[in-house]
Amino acid sequence: MFRRERSISLRGSAAALCNNLSVLQLPAHNLTYFGVVHGPSAQILSAAPEGVPLAQRHLHAKEGAGVSPSLITQVHWCVLPFRVLLVLTSHRGIQMYESDGSIMVYWHALDSGDASPVQAVFARGIAASGHFICVGTWSGRVLVFDIPAKGPNIVLSEELAGHQTAVTDIATEPAQGQDCVADMVTADDSGLLCVWRSRPEFTLLIRIPGFGVPCPSVQLWQGIVAASYGNGQVRLYEATTGTLHVQINAHARAICALDLAPEAGKGTWTGHCSLYISCQDVWTPILPPCFF
Amino acid sequence: MSVRTLPLLFLNLGGEMLYILDQRLRAQNIPGDKARKDEWTEVDRKRVLNDIISTMFNRKFMEELFKPQELYSKKALRTVYNRLAHASIMRLNQASMDKVSTFLKDKVQNSNGRFVLPVSGPLPWGTEVPGLIRMFNNKGEEVKKIEFKHGGNYVTAPKEGSFELYGDRVLKLGTNMYSVNQPVETHMSRGSKNLASRTQENIAPNPLAKEELNLLARLMGGMEIKKPSGPEPGFRLNLFTTDEEEEQAALTRPEELSYEVINIQATQDEQRNEELARIMGEFEILDQPKQSASKGDDLLAMMDEL
Repeated sequence: MFRRERSISLRGSAAALCNNLSVLQLPAHNLTYFGVVHGPSAQILSAAPEGVPLAQRHLHAKEGAGVSPSLITQVHWCVLPFRVLLVLTSHRGIQMYESDGSIMVYWHALDSGDASPVQAVFARGIAASGHFICVGTWSGRVLVFDIPAKGPNIVLSEELAGHQTAVTDIATEPAQGQDCVADMVTADDSGLLCVWRSRPEFTLLIRIPGFGVPCPSVQLWQGIVAASYGNGQVRLYEATTGTLHVQINAHARAICALDLAPEAGKGTWTGHCSLYISCQDVWTPILPPCFF
Repeated sequence: MSVRTLPLLFLNLGGEMLYILDQRLRAQNIPGDKARKDEWTEVDRKRVLNDIISTMFNRKFMEELFKPQELYSKKALRTVYNRLAHASIMRLNQASMDKVSTFLKDKVQNSNGRFVLPVSGPLPWGTEVPGLIRMFNNKGEEVKKIEFKHGGNYVTAPKEGSFELYGDRVLKLGTNMYSVNQPVETHMSRGSKNLASRTQENIAPNPLAKEELNLLARLMGGMEIKKPSGPEPGFRLNLFTTDEEEEQAALTRPEELSYEVINIQATQDEQRNEELARIMGEFEILDQPKQSASKGDDLLAMMDEL
């Protein structure tokens, strides 16, 4: 089961946004990084085992030409084959840093060309897929960046169309042989899920429709999509077919984050009403492939 | 972030302001023919609210408000409400717009500022009661049901709230939380016990701020301060219901509201009495609108009651 560790204090508040905590484990260095956003800045904290805080750093959203400061929507570490990058998404664009946040290696300004004046323009939803980093946008488009093994020569290689409303979250897992072809899932404000494969090229495999509530958080593990919804439900789907296999009435309010502990094969989710629920009972029946 | 939030914010805060004004003006309700020149009647109350509502929902202002735009800053919004409140014959003092302790009284908020989220009660429309896991096979048939304990005690919403112009909203959001005269639950801390019980008795207070201050000055002027023998020389005046409220208000007081502390030594010294008399003179409220001089004064203390 789960064990509560020592608390670490942040030097500031956390915004009431979904998926507002990113963690990077570096077991080789005995370090854990935590990232939280609030307003126009992101707080990066490194901690030793037992939760001893070591260093804090603040990163800021790149200012644009406008008067109002840009707000950060999300911070996320992307673990790629040869490097780890820290990605910040905001209302102006996408910033990529070295994993400790020390140097910015890339900046991509969002194109708000076809946005109506009432539309908020922002990037949100970050995930690594192989040597690509995928970032969602307000329009529903997913931007795919090609990341070299080192250096700042990052290129926007394509834009994926699949969503009509703003992307909320992206989840990926390493493709495992031919059985598990689906290796990326994207979610949006309408509750729609898009399941993709990245090899040989990014292809939309299946759409899992929503049911009138947003899907703020999604995870992908062993070909199973775990999605949390604005009505407090968690649903588990088979990624390749989109079949619903488990529906959990988990929370009394909208769920704002969903996370997975891949080694343990377990997940946890947090809801707005702050109830903690262990899903050990849920995962166990799903694990044997013959269930499907 | 959102360019459509300002109307919601403005109408919610404006609506709350109207509830408060309505309640406080009703507390003053005196029949028209029996009212003195400085008392609020039903006619006055209706006039004040009518003036404010018509300003708030003025067509041009509404058109401007609903244009997609960034949120106003706290200061800017505060200025808007100030102007709005003064659209009538009424005058408010600065402090009355700062403090709201209803949440503390209703136990919705703790004294450390944190909000209390209940783990029971009705769920939002469309949310099912937590605690159920349903499993389906490839054909979509339910094959298993598991229940788990979640520690809460929720019930589904009886029906969806109406979106029509008039209808049953089901929720309490937007309703008047000042309409019920709730008993003030005070924490009986030392020193404030007498003050608290006095407040509970006075459901319809008669706040004449000037007279109260005069009385205070008289008391202070005539009092002999003996040599401090105990731990607390003199007396400590708490204008709030409890010590906790006083601390809370001090914490939430905005920086801009500066105030001077005047030390008054109420001894028999002649020179000091002159000084005191001069200070008493300064208690006069200068900013008086021409239409209703004394009614404006009443409102000072009235809004402080909140």
